[in-house]
Amino acid sequence: MKRIKSKGVGNALIILSILVGLTVSSCKNKTKSGGSDKDAAAKVYIEPGKHDLFYDFVSGGFSGQMTVYGLPSGRLLRIIPVFSADPTTGWGFSEETKPMLNTSHGFVPWDDSHHVALSVSGGAHDGRWAFINGNNTPRIARIGLKTYRTEEIIEIPNSSGNHSSPFITQNSEYVVAGTRFSYPMDDDNSNPDVPISSYKQNFKGTVSFISIDPKSGNMGLGFQVLLPGFNFDLARAGKLKSGDWVFFSCYNTEQANTLLEVNASQKDKDFIMAVNWKKCEELVKAGKATNKKVKYAHNVYSEVTHSATSEILTDVKMLDPKQFEGLVYFMPCPKSPHGCDVDPTGSYIVGSGKLAAIIPVFSFDKMIKAIETKNYEGNFEGIPVLKYDAVLHGEVKKPGLGPLHTEFDGNGFAYTSFFVSSEVVKWNIEKLEVVDRVPTFYSVGHLSVPGGPTTKPWGKYVIAYNKITKDRFLPTGPELTQSAQMYSIDGDKMKLLLDFPTTGEPHYAEAIPAELIEKNSIKIFKLEENKHPYVTMGEAQAKVVRKGNEVHVYMTAIRSHFVPDNIEGVKMGDVVYFHLTNLEQDWDVPHGFAIKGANNAELLVMPGETQTLKWIPERVGVSPMYCTDFCSALHQEMQGYVRVSPAGSNVPIKFSTGATEPVAAAPVK
Amino acid sequence: MKNKIIVSTGIILSLFIWACGGSDSNNTASSEAPSSTEVSNDEKGIGSVKHVELTNPLDPAMIESGKGVYNLKCSACHRLTKEKLVGPGWLGVTQRRKPEWIMNFAINADEMLNKDATAMALLEECLVRMPNQNLTEADARNVLEFMRNNDGEK
Repeated sequence: MKRIKSKGVGNALIILSILVGLTVSSCKNKTKSGGSDKDAAAKVYIEPGKHDLFYDFVSGGFSGQMTVYGLPSGRLLRIIPVFSADPTTGWGFSEETKPMLNTSHGFVPWDDSHHVALSVSGGAHDGRWAFINGNNTPRIARIGLKTYRTEEIIEIPNSSGNHSSPFITQNSEYVVAGTRFSYPMDDDNSNPDVPISSYKQNFKGTVSFISIDPKSGNMGLGFQVLLPGFNFDLARAGKLKSGDWVFFSCYNTEQANTLLEVNASQKDKDFIMAVNWKKCEELVKAGKATNKKVKYAHNVYSEVTHSATSEILTDVKMLDPKQFEGLVYFMPCPKSPHGCDVDPTGSYIVGSGKLAAIIPVFSFDKMIKAIETKNYEGNFEGIPVLKYDAVLHGEVKKPGLGPLHTEFDGNGFAYTSFFVSSEVVKWNIEKLEVVDRVPTFYSVGHLSVPGGPTTKPWGKYVIAYNKITKDRFLPTGPELTQSAQMYSIDGDKMKLLLDFPTTGEPHYAEAIPAELIEKNSIKIFKLEENKHPYVTMGEAQAKVVRKGNEVHVYMTAIRSHFVPDNIEGVKMGDVVYFHLTNLEQDWDVPHGFAIKGANNAELLVMPGETQTLKWIPERVGVSPMYCTDFCSALHQEMQGYVRVSPAGSNVPIKFSTGATEPVAAAPVK
Repeated sequence: MKNKIIVSTGIILSLFIWACGGSDSNNTASSEAPSSTEVSNDEKGIGSVKHVELTNPLDPAMIESGKGVYNLKCSACHRLTKEKLVGPGWLGVTQRRKPEWIMNFAINADEMLNKDATAMALLEECLVRMPNQNLTEADARNVLEFMRNNDGEK
């Protein structure tokens, strides 16, 4: 007894000295920790078994996925498969999920996701859905915040490089999708074969407004606006008084088609584009839009059939702003703007020119006045360009080098990231004065304040999503994790609290208070509600059915056995479908399913769900199958065999579990 | 013994946090960790079911519903004979256990496996925790009727 007790105290002493050590080192190391202090550890420490205060939905960058972190701890909670196939969960490998990755280009099991938008009502987070863009093969996905799964993916036609996406209007009426690359449009389903050097004549841009059904969240291609050929970068919807507008940053107004690094940096000013979406919507409803023939996929996953459907659609309504006054205006903005962010009152639009040494802040009121008085400096391909001085609230002087993106705390302050000078700068929106700055490690891209893009910022932290990691973590060869850094913003001075690694380039993220959504998280899918066409409702219904050369295995899993677990009568040339229903109805008891030599992946089947693995045997013999997700003390016993006989042999279909007990598969009469 | 180590660590951790000027610990705790300090021997088990009014004679509609639940959610582990599969066979269970115990176990398996002496003994025998199969109280009542029928009651 006594010896063990002293060991306990010894452990405690060790822990104490480690903690003291941490505290001391974090106090000392001011330069590299960028102003972190001894309070930092306590501010991010979440006791084991306790929960974080915020969910942080972070873009997975070129992993194509979305990641979910807890804040303030920076703990990774989940990687949600979205645009990329994921062998861990079977996403894109199971028969049910394959249609989700269908596009007009066929099956595209990867994308490059950049920005997250959480649904809003009245401009504030409502905790229903998260949206994320696929930049490469233009797509937008909707993720349900009850299941934390991708429920829908819509492809964007007439778009290349869906970058200014999926920014959301204040009542989640639309998410937008602006094409980064202009290119020859897909009129009549054809992207015409023209010389690349004919950019100015033949290349066009579009922004798309993807409608969101207020009840189901289902997306539709509302309408597109046809625009001059240049690059569209980021966007933000207005809010409150500016709620009818969406603002897009535009660069390469030089209309270069090669060496953009130089050729798209010639002009002193590019544009922030203002689109009156309410007016567009009215025109579309009045039948004023032109119908264009295109091709795009719309994929929907049902949690009732546990299956996805993919449909190729062919119509889009297009508005040409040259034909309608009052739809689109350009505001000159210095030097290839990236961010164009709207403050929580909807009064100011902050432009961030990547090569600028100032931050221009535009006034929505002045913009409206300039439009009313037609205070134009000219037009660009028929679209009015407003006078810079007429729409400017003012410029923040000498804020730093290379402003990128701005978020807000709801207390009159803005936080702008500076890529070139690697810092976050806090400034007063009304007075345009810099009040604080902190270094980032290194080369910050987007910033995120919880609720920062909404009318109701939750504040507390600003998170810098960095582009370069270098020496911030233990080295792992040439390839390093991506990284984020969190600062407290509840005092006068920003303070670095935490570095945390991220999966894929994090780009943008949105954080939301946990209390708004944690109670909605579902625990199981109810077996009684499972309408999968190949569901097995109880072991008594397990069976193996041959249809020509297709063999369908209606299979169940429960701790810790499959029914059936011995299958014979499969022949070379057959295609076998294992339809696995997880009979569990308890939280966090998925079962996995794997079979030797499968050319796709495993399945991970949630309680009450059915998923299907397709298997084409390529050799004669007996193949083992097993549960991949540790489920009980007898998980290692959760296994079975499939016998594959030569083509043309006369082994009958036979299946069983526990065949030594003849009652095993007999239904109750 | 273990407890003491945990306690002393806890004190030191809280000292640490205090030393750093307080923590904003308004985060929510969620603890479903098993705590097997108190063991109950209540023959009605632990849970919301305090008293069951038994039917006489048996209700055929309830038997039928109970059979449906059994086929979907129970038959994977329980035979209708005395034979043990993953869990014990059901034959005779309504004579061995109080109806309240059966229903409480069906709808409150996790707590009973941590605190109810009979359930704990069964776990030692079977070594697989009976899963929470998300039965409603009505489901459990119907299953009880089905069990009584299986045990030959009329």
